[in-house]
Amino acid sequence: MLTVNQLTCERDHRYLFEDLSFVVGAGELLQIEGGNGAGKTTLLRILGGLYTDFSGSVSWDLTSQPLYLGHKPGVKDLLSARENLTWLAGLQQAGIDVATVDQALAEVGLRGYEEVLCGAMSEGQRKRVNLARLYLLQAQAWILDEPFSAIDRQGVERLEARMQAHIDTGGVLIVISHQTLSRVTPMRCLRLGG
Amino acid sequence: MSLFVATIRRELLIAYRNPADLLNPLCFFVIVVSLFPLGIGPTPSMLQQIAPGVIWVAALLATLLSLELLFRTDYDDGSLEQMTFSDAPLLWLVLGKVFSHWLMTGLPLALLSPLLGLMLFLTPSGTEALLWSLLLGTPILSLLGSIGASLTVGLRKGGLLIAILILPLFVPVLILATSMVQTGIQGGDYTGHMLWLGVLLALSVGMAPLATSAGIRISVSH
Repeated sequence: MLTVNQLTCERDHRYLFEDLSFVVGAGELLQIEGGNGAGKTTLLRILGGLYTDFSGSVSWDLTSQPLYLGHKPGVKDLLSARENLTWLAGLQQAGIDVATVDQALAEVGLRGYEEVLCGAMSEGQRKRVNLARLYLLQAQAWILDEPFSAIDRQGVERLEARMQAHIDTGGVLIVISHQTLSRVTPMRCLRLGG
Repeated sequence: MSLFVATIRRELLIAYRNPADLLNPLCFFVIVVSLFPLGIGPTPSMLQQIAPGVIWVAALLATLLSLELLFRTDYDDGSLEQMTFSDAPLLWLVLGKVFSHWLMTGLPLALLSPLLGLMLFLTPSGTEALLWSLLLGTPILSLLGSIGASLTVGLRKGGLLIAILILPLFVPVLILATSMVQTGIQGGDYTGHMLWLGVLLALSVGMAPLATSAGIRISVSH
């Protein structure tokens, strides 16, 4: 589904990666590892089409736009969890009703927080609002930048279960994480930098 | 299209919960215009002569002041990145954002202007021309300004850069609008001016969102 061919990216006179080629097929998880500044996020942004200063080719074979969860949560402090999620989900898919949105919030453990402003939430809860999109939207490919940061242990387990379900149904999953995804299989790992 | 409405709803909701950002340009506008009679002296003929220029320049600067914030918070919290990932064209989102910007700055400025016109001894026909010129002109300012805002959002301290990028584009609107108000004061027919402002508005509705979308993509991809 994703074919990357001879990808080379230079930033600040330093090669982040050179001649990187790999293929990720349906039902596969690719974990990107590497130290700080190794170029993980840059690679993810290239795969998502958000960064264009590279040579080589990236081609997706998808019927729908991949779901990209970036470093920043994309959540407005002045909007409630429900309002934020409705708008974020609306970007990808029209006509999602309130009950479905609330259901997705409940899935990430935010039942009862639907009308709380995100500015009054903890970092982890704001992250969960964004992660709720994984329960709400149909996308063949997920591109996740450190989805586990600021999430508690129970939340990590639930998220891993959701990832497993996505892979089992033939989805593609590309994820940056410093954590070993022990429960998700089959997993491949791409290590950047030394 | 539904996203256009959803975006406007979202913007208005955010503004409603944080009214300070909304009031800033309006206060600026009122303060600047009301200082002129104090500084120049209360001679009606003099004030009437400078009124179109003063009110329009103040409105233009007030708009410029608010433009820096147009995409700032969306950029900082990652919403802008998500917007470029939308299945719907970015164009609708941009139009929604710019339209809500106008609803919250341009429209109140225009509605306030008759009051300020009174302060500067504008004739009734001049006030009418002023109101129409602002109603037609301020959306052009919001649309053109969004181009500058989208290009500078990735930079810290982009405020001055927006001004340098955008002011040359604002000048034709300023010239046309002030001469429209002058004609109105003299009791002349300003239909021609209005049509020209309408032309500029139609042009910028068609073109500016394209440029702004491209600008957002550039800013987000760095």
